[in-house]
Amino acid sequence: MLAAGDPDAHRPTLRRRRGLPAVSPREEFQRGVRDIVEPSFGISAWALVTGVAMIKTGLSVPLAVFMSLAVYAGSAQLAALPLIAAGAPLWVIWATAFCMNLRFVIFSAHWRKYFGHFPRAKRLALTYFAADLNYVLFLRRFPEPGPSPARLPYFLGSVFWSWLSWQLPALLGIALADRIPTEWDLGFAGVLALLGLAYSTLSGRNSWIAALVAAAAAVAAFHLPLKLNIVVAIAAGVAVGVLLDRLWPTTAEPRR
Amino acid sequence: MSGWQTFVAVAGLTVITVVTRGFFLLSEREWPLPPWVARGLRYAPLAALAAIVAPEVLLTDGALAGDWKDPRLFAVAAGTAYFWWRRGILGTIVVGTGVMLALKLGVGW
Repeated sequence: MLAAGDPDAHRPTLRRRRGLPAVSPREEFQRGVRDIVEPSFGISAWALVTGVAMIKTGLSVPLAVFMSLAVYAGSAQLAALPLIAAGAPLWVIWATAFCMNLRFVIFSAHWRKYFGHFPRAKRLALTYFAADLNYVLFLRRFPEPGPSPARLPYFLGSVFWSWLSWQLPALLGIALADRIPTEWDLGFAGVLALLGLAYSTLSGRNSWIAALVAAAAAVAAFHLPLKLNIVVAIAAGVAVGVLLDRLWPTTAEPRR
Repeated sequence: MSGWQTFVAVAGLTVITVVTRGFFLLSEREWPLPPWVARGLRYAPLAALAAIVAPEVLLTDGALAGDWKDPRLFAVAAGTAYFWWRRGILGTIVVGTGVMLALKLGVGW
């Protein structure tokens, strides 16, 4: 049996040399769950708000359930909802969601180093479930890349819990949405969630400037058709960020 | 947007989740990501968040709201203060929503 808090739990070779058993897949799965339980409470509240927001912006219950179970990306959902409600063209909705998810593109370059040896279908099935917290916690647990038997069970435990802690409150939010009067404007909680997410992404002077430029551009270009103000604002924010990194570099980079 | 159009939109969003989360695992060969591309892309999520939040907070029917008695502004101020105090997204949502509800239901703005 593992001693609780064994500092070498993640080093099977060292453990074997000391006559201890290598970490079992079940223990790794449990550890994956344990590491994410506490932060998952924040995820659950956000999921509840997202569930309510889906109904509040006019989605039918079946479509809301479908969106939650299939899309499984809170920030992209919250960003897409006002656009869907406003009847924005599909490509604008998808481009916005793609931009919201661009951080996952960066994560995937990292996941490649851990899961690149699996067949394509398995790789994509695994990363489909990999949300932000899973990425952060997994890299904390396994800072060194490369395949290892401990990684998959840890990952599965982590995504298993985060999936449950997202989907159950989201479905609850969908079910309870109609009990909450519209004039409470609870959809604004979704905006606050995005605001908090933006703050937690800010790191360093250049990211502040890029965010302020994007915010100003989105307001200034609001009257462009097709919600193009969002696309313009993202382009402006990225351009200013890249430019500032060249002209006025800082050590801090925006958090992923 | 009709139910059918929304279904297509949501199906597309699902594809976007699969493609973005597995982007560099789609190909069998490893693609090296030029460092400047990675740096630039890191600003995109932040820029997208700011671009979505700012009009939702500042604009009413497409115009800057002239009235300071706007629950959204106070909700954002309270949420912002909480975030920089405790760094929690959950608390930001709870505090901001609480202030908004207090002003809407309590004060009647």
